[in-house]
Amino acid sequence: MLHQLSWKVGGQQGEGIESTGEIFSMAMNRLGYFLYGYRHFSSRIKGGHTNNKITVRPTEVRSIADDLDILVAFDQETIDVNYKELTETGIILADSKFDPVKPEDSKAPLFAVPFTEVAAELGTSLMKNMVAIGATAALLNLEDEVFQNVVDDIFGKKGEEVVQKNMEAIARGHELMNELLGERVGEWALAPADGKRRMFMIGNDAVALGALAAGTRFMAAYPITPASEIMEYLIKKLPKFGGAVIQTEDEIAAATMAIGANFGGVRSFTASAGPGLSLMMEAIGLSGMTEQPLVVVDTQRGGPSTGLPTKQEQSDLMAMLYGTHGEIPKVVIAPSTMEEAFFDTIQAFNIAEELQLPVILVTDLQLSLGKQSVEPFDYNKIEIRRGKIVTDNIEEAADKAYFKRYENTEDGISPRVLPGTLNGIHHVTGVEHDETGKPSEATGNRQVQMDKRFRKLAALKFDNPVYSNAPHEDADILLVGFNSTRGAIEEVQERLNAQGMKVNHAHIRLIHPFPSTEVAPLVAKAKKVIVVENNYTGQLANIMKMNVGGHDKIETITKYNGTPFLPGELENRVKELTR
Amino acid sequence: MATFKDFRNTVKPNWCPGCGDFSVQAAIQRAAANVGIEPNELAVISGIGCSGRISGYINSYGFHGIHGRALPIAQGLKMANRDLNVIASGGDGDGFAIGMGHTIHAIRRNIDVTYVVMDNQIYGLTKGQTSPRSAAGFITKSTPGGAIEPSLKPLEVALTSGATFVAQGFSTDIKELTALIEAGINHKGFSFINVFSPCVTYNKVNTYDWFKENLTKLADIEGYDNSDRGMAMRTVMEHEGLVTGIIYQDTETTSYQEKVPGYSELPLTDIDIKMSENDFNELVKEFM
Repeated sequence: MLHQLSWKVGGQQGEGIESTGEIFSMAMNRLGYFLYGYRHFSSRIKGGHTNNKITVRPTEVRSIADDLDILVAFDQETIDVNYKELTETGIILADSKFDPVKPEDSKAPLFAVPFTEVAAELGTSLMKNMVAIGATAALLNLEDEVFQNVVDDIFGKKGEEVVQKNMEAIARGHELMNELLGERVGEWALAPADGKRRMFMIGNDAVALGALAAGTRFMAAYPITPASEIMEYLIKKLPKFGGAVIQTEDEIAAATMAIGANFGGVRSFTASAGPGLSLMMEAIGLSGMTEQPLVVVDTQRGGPSTGLPTKQEQSDLMAMLYGTHGEIPKVVIAPSTMEEAFFDTIQAFNIAEELQLPVILVTDLQLSLGKQSVEPFDYNKIEIRRGKIVTDNIEEAADKAYFKRYENTEDGISPRVLPGTLNGIHHVTGVEHDETGKPSEATGNRQVQMDKRFRKLAALKFDNPVYSNAPHEDADILLVGFNSTRGAIEEVQERLNAQGMKVNHAHIRLIHPFPSTEVAPLVAKAKKVIVVENNYTGQLANIMKMNVGGHDKIETITKYNGTPFLPGELENRVKELTR
Repeated sequence: MATFKDFRNTVKPNWCPGCGDFSVQAAIQRAAANVGIEPNELAVISGIGCSGRISGYINSYGFHGIHGRALPIAQGLKMANRDLNVIASGGDGDGFAIGMGHTIHAIRRNIDVTYVVMDNQIYGLTKGQTSPRSAAGFITKSTPGGAIEPSLKPLEVALTSGATFVAQGFSTDIKELTALIEAGINHKGFSFINVFSPCVTYNKVNTYDWFKENLTKLADIEGYDNSDRGMAMRTVMEHEGLVTGIIYQDTETTSYQEKVPGYSELPLTDIDIKMSENDFNELVKEFM
C-alpha cells in the first residue's frame, strides 16, 4: 500500500491531457486526499509536449514529488521525457495506438492499453482520457463510482447520455487494466483518506477570490500567462456583485484605469506578469505620487522580455522594488501558500487604501497555476479596512480653496475625499504639489511632501512578515525563500533535520519594506544562510544583504531553467554547499 | 443652480497670453453650468503638456495624470462612479502621439466620457517640436528641414473607429464651442471633441487668422446631415479636416456601461463591499 502517489499524464497539447488530470484530481480531492498538481505546458495552443504531475496523499502535501509512481502516456515523447522519474516500482500505462516503446534502460513495466480504440468503440476517441482514468482506477483499486459526481459536474450539462458514455469508458478502462494486471491488482492502492471535502484550487483562484472578498468591484486587465485566470474568474463573478472587468488595450491602460477607479473610491486592481509589470511602471509611480491606492498582482514567469512565458521563475523582485523612476513608498507582499494568497490579497487592498499607495502582490507561476488542496478559508477572518476616507460634513472652504488632500499630518496619511462629495473639491497631480494638490516646485514644500509620503510606511500593518520555522538557536543553516519554494524548503528542512543537521527556515512574506527586525535575528542564529530562488542573480539574497548585512554568510542556490525546485534536488544542493 | 462663475477657481493659469486654451477652459466652464451640474459633480482629468494643466484651473474635482493616459484614468473613474460627469482633456501630443492607442480604444469602447483635445499642431511645453498634427513640411526644432510625416487625421480616425459623437471647434468661437461641449456632455456615450487652440508662441503657421480664413462651419453647408457617417467622412475629407460643428452623432447609441452584464445602476462607490457569509460560502463550495 502506498502512502503517497505521484501520477503523471502526458501527451500533445490540445489532446485533453489537462482534463484527464483535472478529472482524476477532482475525484481524489473529493475522497479527502491532499493534492499538489503542477502542469508543464508550452506557449502554444495545439501540439508540444504537455504533462500534469499530481502528487496525492492522505496527509498534507507541500510540494511536487521528486519521483513518479504511475506515468500515463498518450505519445512516445511522454515516455521518453519522463520515464527517468519513475521509482523502482513505477509503471507506465501507454495508449496502444502509437505502438509505445519501452526505453532500454527503463526498469518500469510498460502496459500498452487500447485507450483510443476502446473510446472509439464507445462512440468517440475523445473519451480516451476517461479510459485512461479507468485504468488508473484499477491500479489504485478505486471503485468507478468515485468518479461519478465529477463526471456529473463536468458533463452533466451535455446530457445524461454523455455522462453515461463517459462512465462506461471508465468502466472499460478499469476492466481492461484488471485483466492486464492479473495478480498485481491492488499493488498501487493508496492508504485511505479522511473523506473530508476541501477546496482544490490554483493560486490565481485564491487571489481572485481574495480580491472579490476584499470588495473589489472593478478590474482592468490585459490577458497574459500566467495571470489571465484572475481576470477570467472576476469576469464570471463580478456581475453578481454589480461590478465589471474591462479588458484594456494594454497594461498601461489597465493600471491607469485601475488608478482612476480607485480615485473614484472603488477598490480596483490589475493583474499581470513581468512584461505587463514593465509597462505599468509609470502608473505605479503615478499611484505613489498622487497617493491613489492601487493593487497590482504580478504572477512572475520566466523573463526577460518575452522570456519563458509558461515557465517558473522569480526574477521580478528588483523590478518591483526599483522599476519606477524617482522614489515612492510602496509595499510588496509575497504569499507562499493558497491561504496566504487569499488573505494577503485582502490585506493588499486594505494597505493600499490605508496608506494610499501602490501595493504589489507578487506570486510566481508555480504558485499561480499549481493546483492544491486547501482547507476552506475562514469567512470570519476577512477584515476590511479603508483608511481615512471622509464622506460627509465637510465645511465649505473660503474662496473656493481646495480640500487639503495632501495635508501634512503626523502619520503622513492625509484625509481622502471621493469625487462627487460636497465641499470636497480638490486636485491630484503627478507633479510635485502642495497640501491642496496645486503644483509646486518650492524647495521647502518638496521636502515636506516627500517626507510625508515616506512617513506613511511607518503605519504599515502586516502580520507575520516572515514565516519561520526556526527550532535551532545555533543552526548550521538558515534556508530562506519566498513564494512557491516554501513546500520544497519545508520538505528539505525536515529531511536534513532528520539526518542530524540543524536547519532553520525563513520564508519572506513582506519583500518591501524589508522586515529587517524579524530577519536579522534569524540570520544571527545561523552559521550559514542559503537563499533559495528561481533566478540567476540571487535577487532576494541581495535584498537581504542590503537590509541585514551578513555578506560573509549569505549564499544562494539559484535555478533558472524554467522548472521549480524539487525537494530531492534541493536537498543535494544544500548538502553540496555545506560539505 | 451653479453658474459658469462657480466653475472658476482662484488659480492663475500659466499659459502664455493669447493662448487658445483660455477659451477652451471658459467653454468647459460655461457648458458645465449650462447642463445644470454642480462643481462637485464634475471631474476633469487631464494629461501632460500646456493643456494638461486645465484640470487645475476649473473648480471641480481634478486629476492631472501622466502623459497620454488621461483617457484610461477618466474611464476608470467613470466606471467607479457613473453619476459623476467626467471630462478628459489634453493636447494633440497627449491624445494623438503617446496616447493614440487609448484614444482609439476609448472611442470604440464608448464609455460616457467627454474628451476635449486642445489641438495646436505643436509641442509647446517642451518648447517647439513637431506634433503628429503638424503638417508635412512644418519646420520646428525637431524638424529643421520640415516635417516628413503627413499630419494625423483625428476626425477620420474617430469616424472609422466607431465613434458615436465627433465634433470639432475653434477656441475663438466660444459660443459654438460651448454648445459642442454641452452636446458632448449630454451625449450618452463617448464624445470626442477636437478643438483648434492656437499656440501663439511656437506655431507661426496655424494662427488665429489662418484658421479664420480656412475653417468652414458645417452649419453653413446646405443639407449636411450629421447622423450620416458616410457624409461626415466625405465632408471632412473634402475640407481637409477644417470644419467646425457636430460632425457625427449617433443619438440612439447606448454606452458601454449600459451594456455590461450585471453592472450596477447605482455608482459602484455606493455599494456595500462586504460580502455576505452566504455568498462567500457559495463561492468556496465551487472549488470543492
